[in-house]
Amino acid sequence: MKFKVEVFLKDVVLDPQGKTIQKAIQSLGYDRVHGVRAGKVFMMEIDTANETEGLAIAEDLAQKLLANTVIETARVTPVP
Amino acid sequence: MKVAVVTFPGSNCDEDVEHVLNHVIGLPAQRIWHREEDLSSYDAIVMPGGFAHGDYLRAGAIARFSPVMNEVIRMARNGFPVIGICNGFQVLLESGLLPGAMLRNAHLKFLCQDVHLRVEQTGTPFTTAYDRNQVIRVPIAHMEGNYFAPPDLIEELEANGQIVFRYVHPDGRREDTAFEANPNGALHSIAGIRNREGNVVGLMPHPERCSESVLGNTDGRKVFDSLLNHLRGDQ
Repeated sequence: MKFKVEVFLKDVVLDPQGKTIQKAIQSLGYDRVHGVRAGKVFMMEIDTANETEGLAIAEDLAQKLLANTVIETARVTPVP
Repeated sequence: MKVAVVTFPGSNCDEDVEHVLNHVIGLPAQRIWHREEDLSSYDAIVMPGGFAHGDYLRAGAIARFSPVMNEVIRMARNGFPVIGICNGFQVLLESGLLPGAMLRNAHLKFLCQDVHLRVEQTGTPFTTAYDRNQVIRVPIAHMEGNYFAPPDLIEELEANGQIVFRYVHPDGRREDTAFEANPNGALHSIAGIRNREGNVVGLMPHPERCSESVLGNTDGRKVFDSLLNHLRGDQ
């Protein structure tokens, strides 16, 4: 099964990259776009037919390796 | 008496540290490949600067799982002196031996320049040769040196005297929001910290790049002099 892990800086952590992208968006004239945050996406295939088990493995990896939980949060979702 | 300098794929300050220890300080040092699993014949560890494992994912995130890290963690827990310089500091943060994390520099630029540091703590194996509040000039070279920790942790670091070096103006004045004083935007102008016990120290600036008069600056040398004194049992 395929799984997706999305990692973003926590809301309390300043994201200068997101801020810079936001400025570029504004300079393009999109006045109504705000709250831009930059993050990372990881896709993986896990050898299991059990979605709950796969999610648990991906979640474990997200916490141990893919995200630094001091500054980042991770969200794991199955990919159909 | 022997110091291990850990070399990861992508380390690039390991030879500098080894040179300074062996040939400037006279403290025997040897580079150790990151796959080594036994450091029991060493008395101290230096985690040098560079871009371990290409800094992929996050600086230090992959290096933290190198085979040598089990030994680094064991020795750190047993009270041996361990210092992480720049990327080495980032590896110590990722491994949990030191608290907090590094964010990208506030202005999103790689910074390669001299900075001024105030020595806040002289009670670590790497700072006894300095005077408390002494201001030194040391180069930095990093993209992720913007130290971050949640407010309660920062408070704890301050209360326990765990902040070892702070970025300051040349006159020793701290100004967290001034680029000239704190170029990467680190919280509380933190340039270096120690663990609660004091044997593990990490700092972003590079003392090994300013330890010989031929390089025009020897302000960093006392980090290694301190280690020699510590291992000899002097104060």
